[in-house]
Amino acid sequence: MYFLRRGWAELKNEVFVLPSRTAVLAWALALLVLPYVYGDPYVLRIVTLTCLFAMFAASWDLLAGYTGQVNFGHALFFGAGAYASALVSLKFGVTPWVTVWIGALVATGFGVVVGYLCLRLRGSYLSLATLAFPLIALGLLFAFPDFSGGELGVSGLRRLATTVTANYYVAVLAMLAVVFGLWLIADSKFGLVLHAIRDDEVAARASGINTPRYKLTVFAVSAFAAGLAGALFAHYIRVAGPSTLETALSFQVVIWGIFGGVATIYGPVAAVFILYPLTEWLGSFKAFGELRLLIFAVIVLLVLLFMPRGLSPWVRDRIETACPRCKQRNRAWRSACRLCGAALQSLRYRPR
Amino acid sequence: MPRGAPGSYPMLQDILVTGLVNGGVYALLAIGFSLIFGVARIVNIAHTAFYMLAAYCFYSLLVKAGLGFAVSGIVSVAAVTLFSVLCYRLVIEPVREHESAVLIATIALALVFQELMLFSFGGHYLGIPSTLDGVVSLAGVSVPYQRLLILVVAALMLVATWALLYRTRLGLAIRATANDIEVASLMGMNVERVAMATVAISVALAAIAGVVVAPVYVVDPFMWLAPLVTMLAIVVLGGLGSLKGSLIGALVIGYVEAITVFALPAGAFLKGAVALSIMVLVLLVRPEGLYGVAFEEER
Repeated sequence: MYFLRRGWAELKNEVFVLPSRTAVLAWALALLVLPYVYGDPYVLRIVTLTCLFAMFAASWDLLAGYTGQVNFGHALFFGAGAYASALVSLKFGVTPWVTVWIGALVATGFGVVVGYLCLRLRGSYLSLATLAFPLIALGLLFAFPDFSGGELGVSGLRRLATTVTANYYVAVLAMLAVVFGLWLIADSKFGLVLHAIRDDEVAARASGINTPRYKLTVFAVSAFAAGLAGALFAHYIRVAGPSTLETALSFQVVIWGIFGGVATIYGPVAAVFILYPLTEWLGSFKAFGELRLLIFAVIVLLVLLFMPRGLSPWVRDRIETACPRCKQRNRAWRSACRLCGAALQSLRYRPR
Repeated sequence: MPRGAPGSYPMLQDILVTGLVNGGVYALLAIGFSLIFGVARIVNIAHTAFYMLAAYCFYSLLVKAGLGFAVSGIVSVAAVTLFSVLCYRLVIEPVREHESAVLIATIALALVFQELMLFSFGGHYLGIPSTLDGVVSLAGVSVPYQRLLILVVAALMLVATWALLYRTRLGLAIRATANDIEVASLMGMNVERVAMATVAISVALAAIAGVVVAPVYVVDPFMWLAPLVTMLAIVVLGGLGSLKGSLIGALVIGYVEAITVFALPAGAFLKGAVALSIMVLVLLVRPEGLYGVAFEEER
């Protein structure tokens, strides 16, 4: 009973005070109960894929948004995870429950290598150089088709679970765990160092931060998450194909990340949950089927014109305000800060 | 990119000619991209999408409307250039302060163009008849006139760009803005106008490249992706914002690709990988590229 009351108090004081936290809780609960409320296999399939891409987008954000290593070749990690897991499970007959971790570890290895090669690069150089890595991998895959399956990829993989609902829960739980983990990392002292590296690497080094070590660690963590997403994706659609390494996927994750708002973790996840089902839904119409990528791009352009910092910071600024004295966030419709009692400026008269 | 015409003639000359022709095309693309990055700090992913648009424009004017080569070529370059300025004003300029927004705005633009072309022309390959038929024999290699034309146009355009940049007042303004945008603004230059002029020049170069190569390569809605990656590799290899670096990088990559295609088994698959590996190697030794200046940390 004590724990229940304690838990309720925590929930009331920490979660319900802010609309954004309430929204995150509601979203997680909704994902968990969805199969019982609306068990349509098509919807579950879409949400499963959305979850896997959300993991992928969140991992990009840790690297690009927080650390400023704007990676244009993030598909490399996704593809490395997918191919490694697929090849190990197919050639050695290992259960996918083990191979997804092998895939994630292989992707981590790729992450460390790419990170090492890119240590001295910064800004646009880094973005454009990282674009090259998945394409090099793709060229190698096509050059040795009997090992990699060439254009067709590695097919005939086993799923992690047999039923639709079970596969759905695997994806949702993995996504919640990874995204929450990444958010914890980003919100910790470690994440603070990453902000420092992005904003001013020289100053960070002058403050005694071993920036190469931090950058390598972030590359590894981000690649691990992306590789896990890739491995789960390959086992879910039962093919590890060259599409997991394509430039289009790398660009897609950049669009998700920036559309949702960088350096937030939840922003890219929200962007995937909005944009991916939207494109699928548009694709289900006959008339729109061919136009869905066009509509997708136009939506992204329009949203950017009005919210150049991305969707989630824009929304957050509308529903929450920062206390001028203690910098804690409050609901926008409160008149005094919930922690220090300082008067909050009204939203309407807030100076721009 | 297609392989050079296979035949029985010697390989070395083949490599020399193919490398030079491809290098010329790449140089046109890379110099435009470099200019726009240097002046406006825009990483224009849509750059080669304009090249694709020009090829389609050329196709519809030439094959569908039946205009002559010269007329359709000039009209398509002019139309695509005007269109690019329009896109810049409507889409890029409103978000100029937000670097990441500019980046995905250009990606989204490229996707919009690709899908529009896919929708209006379909996804199949379109062929364009050669502007000039026949071959000329150069040092024992027979070179189609079309490839010679590409080479001549590329060389002329490079000289014209050089003259524009180093012999006119506009060129002076462009170079000054690229050097230091704030000081250029203080000296009374309208940097917004300069940026717009640079967009027009750079897209015009891409459009010219699109028009001259359209008869050699096939035209399809995805033709912008492969040259985009190669162009980015060249620009990074030569040093971002450096025109000399872009030219030399273009020739290096053009030759590397030609050698890979002709000399390695499965070379057509590996040419991109080899070119990109060379870029990575150069970056490992010289992180700012061959001719790049090490930018001071911008704060």
